[in-house]
Amino acid sequence: MLTRNTSDVIVVGAGVVGAACAYYAARAGLTVTVLDRGPVAGGTTGAGEGNLLVSDKEPGPELELALLSLELWRELADGLPDRIEYEPKGGLVIASDQAGLAALRDFATRQGGAGVTAHEIPADRLHDLEPHLTSGLAGGFHYPQDAQVMPALAAAHLLRSGGGRIRPHLGEEVTEVITGASGEVRGVRTVNGEFHAPYVVNAAGTWGGELARRAGVELPVLPRRGFVLVTEPLPRVVRHKVYAADYIADVASGSAALQTSPVVEGTPAGPVLIGASRERVGFDRTLSTEALRRLAAGATALFPVLAGVRVMRTYAGFRPYLPDHLPAIGPDPRVPGLLHACGHEGAGIGLAPATGLLIARWLIHGQLPMNTEPFRPERFDPVP
Amino acid sequence: MARTPAELVGARPEPPFEITFDDRTITALPGQSVAAALWGAGILAWRTTRGTGRPRGAFCGIGQCYDCLATINGTPNRRACLVPARPGDAVTTQEGNGHAELSV
Repeated sequence: MLTRNTSDVIVVGAGVVGAACAYYAARAGLTVTVLDRGPVAGGTTGAGEGNLLVSDKEPGPELELALLSLELWRELADGLPDRIEYEPKGGLVIASDQAGLAALRDFATRQGGAGVTAHEIPADRLHDLEPHLTSGLAGGFHYPQDAQVMPALAAAHLLRSGGGRIRPHLGEEVTEVITGASGEVRGVRTVNGEFHAPYVVNAAGTWGGELARRAGVELPVLPRRGFVLVTEPLPRVVRHKVYAADYIADVASGSAALQTSPVVEGTPAGPVLIGASRERVGFDRTLSTEALRRLAAGATALFPVLAGVRVMRTYAGFRPYLPDHLPAIGPDPRVPGLLHACGHEGAGIGLAPATGLLIARWLIHGQLPMNTEPFRPERFDPVP
Repeated sequence: MARTPAELVGARPEPPFEITFDDRTITALPGQSVAAALWGAGILAWRTTRGTGRPRGAFCGIGQCYDCLATINGTPNRRACLVPARPGDAVTTQEGNGHAELSV
């Protein structure tokens, strides 16, 4: 039955990952319905800093995805409006002591074999890159491939750039995935009605586990809370994405307790964004003064100039993480026609285009263009 | 003849005092916000925008819109509509984000 609610594919989630899936599917000629219970970028995308990073990633499947994504972001930045604020500004990772610097050197060497460019910056040259950086640091590594984008605008413009083949329906919460006689996907039911398509892409981010349950499968996506401090608008006082070496360990950690490590970066609009905290407290949005205090202390230790600058606001977001810190990307063999594109933790903005491209390739060709074995959505099922 | 709000409510404020706006000296009343004192002196704009340098002054007047930002006693980005005027305050036109000296 052909109705106005029928399309080639339904993407659930209007964050940056869902937008990228819709964009690449539309570019390949498919008609795409995008459903979200909230607005565009209303979840984790809207709470992110827009990091497109390779500097924090170990060699492995996530880094491969990040490198592909960086290339795709560069292409997208050429075609999308300047308002997405794409900035290939590079990252600077700082070590406070010689042991930390040695660890960074080892990390960068291993990344070098996987296609990441990193230059060691001795202590006496750090100020050439970042004049406001504190003194007495041991040194750092410059990662010229790291970039940044304004995530909410990027998601919105990706959705707009589908050549008329993307139909967003906002304020539509999916209550059920509709399946046919042999369990195959036929569409979804929302609070307002039904949408039909032979494929449903779960791009619900931190809420991807809940959507998976509504499709009858388990996907253990859990929230990892983070706060961001936003300063008053400033001229360019921080040129790169600057962060302390501890950040890499925090990202990879499985701990539930509050972890903070300073991550500081400017934005084209003026405010400096200060992160990063990580804690597993469910979907609790309660303001944590302890987290904010540690973020501010960490940032002013790296950039003393920020002590004289006012913070305008703060916000919290929930990174969608899976137990092995890798996303779920690809078809779900348990429900034919169901695909997942979620669980990217703190790297979703960076990994969105590659994820979208992979999903679109599978929809068109029935296969994935790279080894996506580590991202299999059913990998957490107990082995029978 | 125009009546002032102070007359309309029968206000009997304490004696006025002086503040400065750039090179001018203006008079403020106790309890007035900086924005009210500037308006009282006929000054409607005390900031330029970050992008295109357009003039800005008070818009909402209740602390919500952040249009009335001014540099007060050397500190930029103060909301003039919320900051009470104090004797001797030095209000200066804020250009852009008011932090040009930090630029690298």
